[in-house]
Amino acid sequence: MAQGWLQIALFLAVLIALVKPVGLYMARVFEGRRVFLTPLVGPIERTTYRVLRVRPDEGQDWKAYARSLVVFSLLFWIALYLILRTQGIQPFNPQGFGSGPWDLSFNTTSSFVTNTNWQYYGGETTVTYFAQMAGLAVQNFVSAAVGIAVVVALIRGIAARSGSQLGNFWQDLVRTLLYVLVPVSVVGALFLVSQGVIQNLDHSQVIHTLGGGRQVLAQGPVASQEVIKELGTNGGGFFNVNSAYPFENPSGLTNFVELLLILVIPAALTYTYGRMVGSQRQGWAIFAAMSVLFLAGVVVVYLAEQHGSPAQHAAGLHTAAFDGSTGGNMVGKEQRFGIADSSLWTAVTTVTSCGAVNAAFESLTGLGGAVPFVNLGLGEVVFGGVGAGLYSMLLYVLLAVFIGGLMVGRTPEYLGKKIGAREIKLVSLGVLFTPLTVLLSAGIASAAPAAKQSIYAGVNPSGLSETLYAYLSQANNNGSAWAGYTGFVQPHAPGNVGAYGLTFTDLLGGVVLIGARFVPILLVLAVAGALAGKRVSPAGLGTMRTDNPTFVFLLIGIVILVGALTFFPAILLGPVSNGLTSRLF
Amino acid sequence: MRRDLLTALLAVVVLTAALGVVYPLAITGIAQVVFPGQADGSQVKLDGRVVGSKLIGQEFKGKAYFHSRPSATGYSADVTFFGNAGPNSVELRDSIRANLAAYLALERPYDRSLTRDRVPVDAVTESASGVDPHISEANARIQAHRVAAVRGLPLDRVEGLVADHTDGRSLGLLGEPGVNVLQLNVALEEEAPLK
Repeated sequence: MAQGWLQIALFLAVLIALVKPVGLYMARVFEGRRVFLTPLVGPIERTTYRVLRVRPDEGQDWKAYARSLVVFSLLFWIALYLILRTQGIQPFNPQGFGSGPWDLSFNTTSSFVTNTNWQYYGGETTVTYFAQMAGLAVQNFVSAAVGIAVVVALIRGIAARSGSQLGNFWQDLVRTLLYVLVPVSVVGALFLVSQGVIQNLDHSQVIHTLGGGRQVLAQGPVASQEVIKELGTNGGGFFNVNSAYPFENPSGLTNFVELLLILVIPAALTYTYGRMVGSQRQGWAIFAAMSVLFLAGVVVVYLAEQHGSPAQHAAGLHTAAFDGSTGGNMVGKEQRFGIADSSLWTAVTTVTSCGAVNAAFESLTGLGGAVPFVNLGLGEVVFGGVGAGLYSMLLYVLLAVFIGGLMVGRTPEYLGKKIGAREIKLVSLGVLFTPLTVLLSAGIASAAPAAKQSIYAGVNPSGLSETLYAYLSQANNNGSAWAGYTGFVQPHAPGNVGAYGLTFTDLLGGVVLIGARFVPILLVLAVAGALAGKRVSPAGLGTMRTDNPTFVFLLIGIVILVGALTFFPAILLGPVSNGLTSRLF
Repeated sequence: MRRDLLTALLAVVVLTAALGVVYPLAITGIAQVVFPGQADGSQVKLDGRVVGSKLIGQEFKGKAYFHSRPSATGYSADVTFFGNAGPNSVELRDSIRANLAAYLALERPYDRSLTRDRVPVDAVTESASGVDPHISEANARIQAHRVAAVRGLPLDRVEGLVADHTDGRSLGLLGEPGVNVLQLNVALEEEAPLK
């Protein structure tokens, strides 16, 4: 295992090294300052404002900011739905796919507009190249930029010295795209192609194999989508088996780079935060809390997966590693990633809301599989989605300040601003909305006869895990799956002829997706608005510090208390039941 | 409100055109010029005929070939899905048990020292993608006995070919080493073709 730990340590070292330069760069971008790309991108930026009729310097209060965001997302929802419904008449459709069922389109549209990328469909068998490029991949950019815009607005609210302005939504959107997401994607996509990720518009290729068989190789513009799927913590695979498929993720190196792409923005935003509120220590404190929770997950998955599963042991298979063999639970894992890289990926994509997979989650061991559950249960605040992770974590920071304030008997104060009744009400709603949505929807789906067809594993802990995970993932806008669970049946694949959606599952999921994305966003912006106008009082001797280890400890405690305890009973009945027994079901 | 609607509408059109058409087509254009082999799927040829992609595994039967890992999809490369066997499932136990018995029955006649505890996990478990192009080095070393005997090649020659077609860790550090089954079998065909 030493080699595996070394890889994990190297990954962390590179990530930490990137936090400062990337964080600093993003701070300059959000503050509207000059960066090294300005000579190249500046003219494009100004043209974009002119075409969109935006006055970038016009400040917006939280309501105006929220209105722009909601209108923008709503129109894009309609546009994506139309694209998915008109597949039959689109260009770049060499396979001649028609549209999928409407209820599936509803779910998929809601999923991509909310940065979730939950997928009931398999990309290579149902979606045209045009819909992949102009529909789904566009959302990968745009929904990520929306998440980042919200956190920037919140940071401005916290940092503001006066007034009610949170910046301009359109400017934040355009600058995030032009200076951060697009440049990295261009470079990243070409790198991925150089390593073997495909990028073409050809018809699938029929091969007469060496062994005398026939194999059809699906093709497509994969690299351009793969890179933003990781960078924007979206996670929706071009192929059904996502980043386990060699055309999406061909080697240990691409795996490493893709993992960095997933984590770099959420991690670096903590530095951006410190910069913009004028205290780098505040950013590092949040980074430290996130890292502790992340590392705990990595260690548990890796140990559990290396141990192997009860089914393997019952079959008489020896799972110890020896020279030339990884050992461990290789069910649903790729040889080139082995146990260590699959485990690291599992932890990275579930703390962030990326949702890409390079191994089959449903085949993880009981305890290894409990980690994705706990990570999602924590509410995607451990790095989390781009923007979404930090704004959700900042709600927890405010909650921790409030609880800490009660402990020491002083008015809670964060960065010199008093946290009043209104703020704490909004924060509580923001913290509790997603968990409540999960429990409610998973409860309904477990009990409803209409959802029975969605479950693959049957009535046992794995079946409950599927249902619970489906709604955890959709409500937290993650998108990874206990993949047995489905809302789409495709009997004569590929193509959509004869395919049908499971309406109840698709619609419930779609509503959960939208609610659990936009309600918290509105609450966060309301908090930002409430904080923006507050006077700053100088820190005194009795002020509770929020940049030292004690506070980091308090923050971790509260995240675990609220997030994980909400789901403890449910997780016990699912993956932990599998992990605690060697019984087979 | 009306201004928001207009700006949003324009943004939907402009961003869809820029990010959804110009960006992917530009990447496709550059990729096709600079990395044409990779962009089209890293094809493997034998005697000028395309026999597959080096990144996508294939199913091999018969004793003269190295065999790939078990697959939930039958090595489908146009309809992919996970096996989704749970860690405590009876079906998973039964399928691994059957794979293990079949592996031993196939390889033991050629490698007398082979025992159950020496069978590497990858040889009897289904991969994630269903098209895993690699097997572990231990798995290839065991199969080398059979392939060498059936093809009438010296064992060390076959082991040499295995070593030639082992993809090490990226940069010597990242991922796990694996033997590329298709490329190895192509090399075998070039060295000692089946009649």
